[in-house]
Amino acid sequence: MPANNAIMTSSEGAAARPRLSLRRSLGSLVRPSEAGLKASHFRRPWLAAGLLAPQLLILLFFFFIPTWKALSLAFVQVDPFGGTMIFVGLENFTTLLSSPEYRDSAVLTLWFTVVQCIATLVIAGLLAFATDNVLRGRAIYKGVILLPYAIAPAISGVLWAFLFNPTVGPFAQMLHELGLGWDPNRRPFDALLLVSVAAIWKHVCYDYIFLVAAFLAVPASVMEAAAIDGARPVRRFLTVTLPMAAPTIFFLIVMNFVYGLFETFGIIDTVTRGGPAGSTNTLVYKVYQDGFRQLDLGSSAAQSVILMAIAVLFTFLQFRAVERKVNYQV
Amino acid sequence: MIERHIGLSIFCHVVLLIGAAAVCMPLYFAFVAGSLTVGEVQQVPFPLIPGSHFVENTILAWNEGQFSRLYVNSLIVTVGIVVGKLAVSLIAGFAVTYFRFPFRMTAFWLIFISLMLPVEVRIIPTYEAVADAGGPLRALFEAIGLTGFVADTTGYQLDAALQWNMINSYGGLILPLIASASATFLFRQFFLTVPDELCEAAKLDGAGPLKFFWDVLLPLSRANIAALSIILFLYGWNQYLWPLLFTTEKAMATAMIGLKDLIPVADAQPAWNIAMAASFFVMAPPALVILLMQRWFTKGLVDSSK
Repeated sequence: MPANNAIMTSSEGAAARPRLSLRRSLGSLVRPSEAGLKASHFRRPWLAAGLLAPQLLILLFFFFIPTWKALSLAFVQVDPFGGTMIFVGLENFTTLLSSPEYRDSAVLTLWFTVVQCIATLVIAGLLAFATDNVLRGRAIYKGVILLPYAIAPAISGVLWAFLFNPTVGPFAQMLHELGLGWDPNRRPFDALLLVSVAAIWKHVCYDYIFLVAAFLAVPASVMEAAAIDGARPVRRFLTVTLPMAAPTIFFLIVMNFVYGLFETFGIIDTVTRGGPAGSTNTLVYKVYQDGFRQLDLGSSAAQSVILMAIAVLFTFLQFRAVERKVNYQV
Repeated sequence: MIERHIGLSIFCHVVLLIGAAAVCMPLYFAFVAGSLTVGEVQQVPFPLIPGSHFVENTILAWNEGQFSRLYVNSLIVTVGIVVGKLAVSLIAGFAVTYFRFPFRMTAFWLIFISLMLPVEVRIIPTYEAVADAGGPLRALFEAIGLTGFVADTTGYQLDAALQWNMINSYGGLILPLIASASATFLFRQFFLTVPDELCEAAKLDGAGPLKFFWDVLLPLSRANIAALSIILFLYGWNQYLWPLLFTTEKAMATAMIGLKDLIPVADAQPAWNIAMAASFFVMAPPALVILLMQRWFTKGLVDSSK
């Protein structure tokens, strides 16, 4: 029987999770292969086409055509009334990259994403470490800490916008009592801080779920061996648990970047709307602003293309991360 | 069992209590705000004890934001996303793993590529695609000369018939969000772990592909379907960007957009009490799902990222 080697070897059995190897799958694009085909299968091409049709049609209309349009729009200039199009080559990109606004937005996005990524991981790591080391009340703690996952980014934004609202917000009042001139509507740094806090608050639970699972997966025998060698809990965490969870951490870094780059739109729109003075205008928010508010379609399309490139890069990293994670599982 | 340190135990409980408090604090203050009158919500210092107007504010928010309509919209859109995506991806995953046919790998790669671009990066072109879903077909028929041919022979204007505007429709809210292959991928991965003997046995018993799918594969996938439904439910309910773009009429908006409209703007009366009361019933469905189905939810989350 020709086994589907690229995806799964028969010795792994039914319980093993099939591996997705990007490199090998890429090879299979070139030569016809049976990768990912069950050894026992059907030969009814028309039925298969019918089963695939809904998925492929939806992708065609809402994925491939829009993507192709974005790519083609990025190289033309359209007048705002949609009349004429002129091919301008890379001009949209050069204007974009030389505009100080776009650079500011890129730098700001990078800072926001990096800070958010590190803070989320550290907080989630600390909580997961603590969860790993308590016996009582574990389920309750977990239940509470997971709660923000249910809360939409937009709602997280609304909550924090209220808490730190300079006139009525309880937390803002505390800051004012401490003598700080807190006002996210006027001070760029305050606005950025507020958006970051809302983003972190919403996302810690995600990293937490994965870290708890990763810490739990460290074999008890390894931990016992370390304990017998005299390593105390903190030392065991740093020298055994963390390295064994490294693939998960790498995966989470990638996912946190993806979250910070693409999924914080709701938070920004409800908290600051990109202001004040563009201080929270991240790359994704800027695409929306330029495309729907300023109607600058060429520039907006060029920005979309740059974001697409970033997204593709992160998808590759994500697959690498998943591959490594699977390989490390004991 | 490894030894336990009492000091470490206390430290861990303190950390977790602080973490839980950090999660609950915003929710508690939101609840307090939601239970005050407009006048009370503006006082300094902010009261720490809830007032007695929560139910009143909730009813006011519900009526003011037309949530009877928006809630139904949200439910329809969310269920549409969950059911639509599950149905489409189950059969697509079945087709790429259980059938030998020409261009199988091409189909697989077409699906695979869609994983690479999250919807957020193609906002504007997707908006156009939804505003004019018939556009590509018109262009195609024009290019192959069908439009002219049909108009000449029957007098029927294909161009006019193919004007599909999906703005302010449930289709426009649902379809773009199910145009990603993550679920197809998950089911494909799962189907690959199903023992071959099951399919052999089904074939020996004379079952066709559809019967095998319905009677063997679907029951086996129940756990995966349940876990994925939860993730998709949260994803659908919590959508913000799409409804914001695709609904210009209040009557077609979702609950999330209704909440956004209740946020006090600079010059208006700071009715945060109404907005906070509303935030509770808007976040209630996903919160209940997470609390009641924590185990499935964790499985779904961990699986869907692989």
